[in-house]
Amino acid sequence: MPERKVNAVVVGAGAGGGVVAKELSAAGLTVVLLERGGWPHFSDLYHDELTSQVYGTLRQALGPDDERNRRVVPEGDGVWRTVVPTEGAYGNIAACVGSGTAAYGAIAWRFMPQDFRLKSTYGPLEGSTLEDWPISYDDLEPCYEKAEWEIGVAGDHTESPFFPPRRKPYPMPPHPYNKPAIFLEPAARKLGYHPVHIPMLRNSVRYGGRPACIHCRACTGFICEVNAKNGTHNTVIPAAIATGNCEVRIHSMAADVIIDDRGRAQAVRYFDADGRERVQPADIIVVSCSATESARLLLNSRSRLFPQGAGNRHDLVGRNFQDHAYAGATGMFSEDIYDDAGPGATIAVIDFNHGMPGIRGGGALTNQFITLPYGFTKKRPPGEPSWGSSHKEFQRRNFRRLLGIHGPVQEMPVAGARVDVDPTVKDYWGLPVIRVSGTRHPYDLEVARQIASKAEAWLKEAGATRTWTSIPGMGRGLSSHQAGTCRMGNDPATSVTNRYGQVHDIDNLFVADGSLHVTNGGFNPALTVMALGYWVSNYIKKEWRGTSFRS
Amino acid sequence: MRKARYPRRKFIRDVAAVAGGLSVLPACNKSRGRWRFFTEEEANTVYAICEQIIPTDQDPGAAYAGVPNFIDKQLVGPYKRFQQAYRKGLAGVQETSLAQFGARFESLKWDQQTEVLKILEAGKARGRTWETGSPKVFFELIRDHTMQGFYGSPRHGGNWDYVSYRMLGLDYPQVIGQNRYKKA
Repeated sequence: MPERKVNAVVVGAGAGGGVVAKELSAAGLTVVLLERGGWPHFSDLYHDELTSQVYGTLRQALGPDDERNRRVVPEGDGVWRTVVPTEGAYGNIAACVGSGTAAYGAIAWRFMPQDFRLKSTYGPLEGSTLEDWPISYDDLEPCYEKAEWEIGVAGDHTESPFFPPRRKPYPMPPHPYNKPAIFLEPAARKLGYHPVHIPMLRNSVRYGGRPACIHCRACTGFICEVNAKNGTHNTVIPAAIATGNCEVRIHSMAADVIIDDRGRAQAVRYFDADGRERVQPADIIVVSCSATESARLLLNSRSRLFPQGAGNRHDLVGRNFQDHAYAGATGMFSEDIYDDAGPGATIAVIDFNHGMPGIRGGGALTNQFITLPYGFTKKRPPGEPSWGSSHKEFQRRNFRRLLGIHGPVQEMPVAGARVDVDPTVKDYWGLPVIRVSGTRHPYDLEVARQIASKAEAWLKEAGATRTWTSIPGMGRGLSSHQAGTCRMGNDPATSVTNRYGQVHDIDNLFVADGSLHVTNGGFNPALTVMALGYWVSNYIKKEWRGTSFRS
Repeated sequence: MRKARYPRRKFIRDVAAVAGGLSVLPACNKSRGRWRFFTEEEANTVYAICEQIIPTDQDPGAAYAGVPNFIDKQLVGPYKRFQQAYRKGLAGVQETSLAQFGARFESLKWDQQTEVLKILEAGKARGRTWETGSPKVFFELIRDHTMQGFYGSPRHGGNWDYVSYRMLGLDYPQVIGQNRYKKA
């Protein structure tokens, strides 16, 4: 039986959806926010590495669970393998209220102006579907500002000439440098880099009624024990609930968006906590389930007018799938450089986002988060034994002497890199699951090598006695920085939504997450996803006419 | 803080003795002993393999840390899907061991055990079992699980008495402003 109709259903309570739910409910719309997971609690996992989001090999304490969820990932040429969330290849993002923003490392970059017009900055690239965004940095700047102030970012924008222009400073001072950063900073200056404190969605002072970070060891992949890490689950979603207009329905798994014969989105069909099928009608529907899951939801939403899935008239939903070609270097030091004051990542250089002559894009370099003991067993120079007494000796000797510097290298979009739904594999609810295919553009590896060599040079200057680099392969994997599957654009033949995240052909269906990214920047994307949440909401609020949506 | 005054194995033995002595619970009669998934023989093999992967030196190794207990516990929980891989893989280890040195794995000399595992790791093991499954895949599986049991949180049945955290000089749980262990 259908539920009572509301103004808006938002599917997915992550970085994008949390913001949209709050903006719309604060504007007076009645909102139902559907989330497939529950509310996250520190006690779900404590500091337990084996159930964390990053190395949750036993269980993903923040979801999704192994029993009900599957994905299909490529394993060589034309061969696929079905994986569960505890396998790295699944590329899970926490399935809980707040989603990735509850478990992330909280790095809060803005994209640079060039990131929005990559094609006009560098020209087209053979084999890539490179495009400019239909919006500019200036369009998004007020939204960045709102995200920084409403959700809370600590940083100092005056440190580097490469920070994009802004009207307002960060609301909180930056987090102090940790032990490695103290000697990385002079080394960076010596090389002519411009080191900065990493802006973080984490409290450096009391903010938003929540305390400052206590610098524990476990941050990325975990829930903050003192609630100092800012996600949508402890900022905008509670604010949405406080308006009285927003109902958060947890443990609700969206199945599809029902599109009527006039091409309007009618309702979202979903399964509630007891596995019962429910239908929630709404005036407008906002899809914000992450780049992979949003694409899946649209592709599974087949109707008479859109037999290939909602918004998929031109076979574009799920294409141009990107994340980041993470590259970097690890250095070994002769003395103890470990700092137990977490979370570890404090210093960055953004000189190599567009700063390298003859290179398109690039990526921000940061020192790494603390690698916990099990994760550390995977951190080895090439050729090092992975077991036996030399393994143990390495672990004991070098846990406090290794330092990693790496960065999210901007990828060139490729149409063949895609997310679609598997023809046979289904999840617990009987819904076709995500299947990933394609490879990255070979150009990404060229940039990755450049970035890795910059990281290596930095470590050497800082005194590392031995260094080695890491470069990604050509394979198209899944990670939490996923983006691009419902790109925005002005031409319906080459994009899934218009510049406001409104699906072409379906006026009351919106996308508000990383799927919209035309290109994914050389930065951790969370703040940009939040900013897009504000951007899409601003348009909806402007065009909202009481009980219906002006089309 | 817990002290290592009453070793785990002794504790389990004592508890088993009491339970066996009572022998009033019907379920106990059917139980395979103190293991949830492994047979007694398999458990011995797992002990030997884990100890090879993380040997005892100045710091305790995988056996002391209860890694076999960790693996056994996970195999009836989150790692149910690996049950067959273990049943088959452990039989395969014995086959290779017999083919190579003419004895069961756990009764081989230390260097011979290392040799057998290196053969598995290289994917070159012979034997009927390995015709239908990769020795390399099994070795990597048990190696990874040993690492998890040794370095993961003690709440999962391994890393007993925080041995790996002590070895690395990490407080656990971390208490801000305190350091309870001697620095490494």
